[in-house]
Amino acid sequence: MKILVPVKRVADPDNANKIKIPPGGAKIDTAGLEWKPNPFDEYAVEAALRLTENAATPKQRGGEAIVVTFGPADTTSTLRAALATGADRAVRVDAQDDALDGSLVARALKTLVEREKPDLVLMGKQAVDGDSNQVGQMLAELLGWPMATFAATIKEEDGALLVGREVDGGVLTLRVKLPAVVTVDLRIVAPTSVYSKQTAPTFKYNDGVRFAALPAIMSAKKKPLVELKLSDLAADSGLRIRYPSYESPPARKAGIKVKDVAELIDKLVNEAKVL
Amino acid sequence: MANVLVVAEFSEGKLKKTTHSAITFAQTVAKGTSGAFSILILGAGAKAAAQELAGFGAAKVFVADDTNLAHYVCERYAPTVVATAKKGFDVAVTAASAYGKDLMPRVAAALDAGYANDISLVKAEGGKITYKRPMFAGNAYGWCEITTPVQVVSVRQSEFTAAQPSGGSSPIEPVSIAPPGGGADRVEFVSFDQVKSERPELTEASVVVSGGRALKERFKEVLDPLADALGAAVGASRAACDAGYAPSDLQVGQTGKVVAPKLYFAIGISGAIQHLAGMKGSKVIVAVNKDAEAPIFQVADYGLVADLFQAIPQLVKEIRRVKAL
Repeated sequence: MKILVPVKRVADPDNANKIKIPPGGAKIDTAGLEWKPNPFDEYAVEAALRLTENAATPKQRGGEAIVVTFGPADTTSTLRAALATGADRAVRVDAQDDALDGSLVARALKTLVEREKPDLVLMGKQAVDGDSNQVGQMLAELLGWPMATFAATIKEEDGALLVGREVDGGVLTLRVKLPAVVTVDLRIVAPTSVYSKQTAPTFKYNDGVRFAALPAIMSAKKKPLVELKLSDLAADSGLRIRYPSYESPPARKAGIKVKDVAELIDKLVNEAKVL
Repeated sequence: MANVLVVAEFSEGKLKKTTHSAITFAQTVAKGTSGAFSILILGAGAKAAAQELAGFGAAKVFVADDTNLAHYVCERYAPTVVATAKKGFDVAVTAASAYGKDLMPRVAAALDAGYANDISLVKAEGGKITYKRPMFAGNAYGWCEITTPVQVVSVRQSEFTAAQPSGGSSPIEPVSIAPPGGGADRVEFVSFDQVKSERPELTEASVVVSGGRALKERFKEVLDPLADALGAAVGASRAACDAGYAPSDLQVGQTGKVVAPKLYFAIGISGAIQHLAGMKGSKVIVAVNKDAEAPIFQVADYGLVADLFQAIPQLVKEIRRVKAL
């Protein structure tokens, strides 16, 4: 199977409370925060690797996983990291973050998909900076492909995927024939979430994403990485959404510590009046 | 003047409460721009539920009731939403539930429209509509504008109070479904494994009791009596879901459910940024945790540093006593 995995780097999500909005609110300042791969995209890369291998012999890769990102030159390191974990080649589409929105990325990806002709586009359900959750769905529509969003499980069948989607109130299972777009949720990297046709159904993966060994990090530097211009992929670079201003959330004051259950009950009844 | 189309959520034979939050949004925009709003409900058997939507002041209630829509599959639903939106609507809206988040971006792409999700506030003044939405796990809010002739949005149920029927009787208009969209012949509904629960829905409950990894295998044993005593919905941190102590559809956080109840209990939850994003809007937050340094105490109105296996049973007893008074 040939899989295209769009990835994005985001300001360290574990320190998102340290972002600043300068007076006037013209932008969000993430200075001082490290770049990290968007967690959902890391999970998509892991799922793509699981789908292109027999878990018993992971070094013999079957199929191809291609990672693509949109960003300035320094996003190359995000791609190299994905290559080090096992992706086969990479594409960087040169663009500035603030010149992109979900619709534009979807339009550009559509052109790339038409060139690369993957069987599957596998991606995170959302990037945790903008939290916009839309590129996969839009891309599926532009391509006229079926989609399965918020995937918690993927099982490969002949020419199709059986996808368990995490939705409100339970798990909705769809069968999508390839080619298709699948966006992944958190649980996709659990030990029994993803099975290629080659992998034995009794196999249990390690929980989470795989890490790159040092030799793999070195050899990833030699894997192919091509660079494209955004205008190569999207003739219309217009944005469908604009953000004239930003603001900080209202600060929530820390309250008090109570000494025991009796005091807690007293506060809830007499002060907060919620019991 | 903006005309708004509310896409109702109808699932497993029932109209979902999320719809009423989208109606509140539509009423706000219609009022602010001297426009009007209509509602579209889709699904096999939707006709019966359409009547429930006739009392909210909508210009029309469109019903697409068709056996081809027996189960929600985006590729089968989206074309009818697109065709209806093209009947002169400027804004299309659902709640930001799993349904809305799956459906509306695809609708937006078909309309070549911009899509803004998880709207927490809308300003509609002088014909211009601006939306406020959380980003970076709720650590920033962006005010955005959609630049396309049709605008597609989803709204946070926790931020838009459910609309109440105001009387009147909107005309109900059956619409035939549009031909299935691209990819529809390559996707098949297999099953929906519903988690059955007698408790209130997480996103609608006025009291939520959430547990973290510290509860271990005793998650249900410790939390259920507390939830029962309070008539509360049960939630969980990602860590508790990942460890298998709680089912994943209970997850509260940036990528799970977003709740804003009157009273929120965080039991054995450390308070990671991703969890805070899903509950920071709660009116009163109570945290119980063994670790006095846990970040959850920075947002809690009342914090209790204690062993929760001792404190929670005691708390249950006291709540029962107070409720019995």
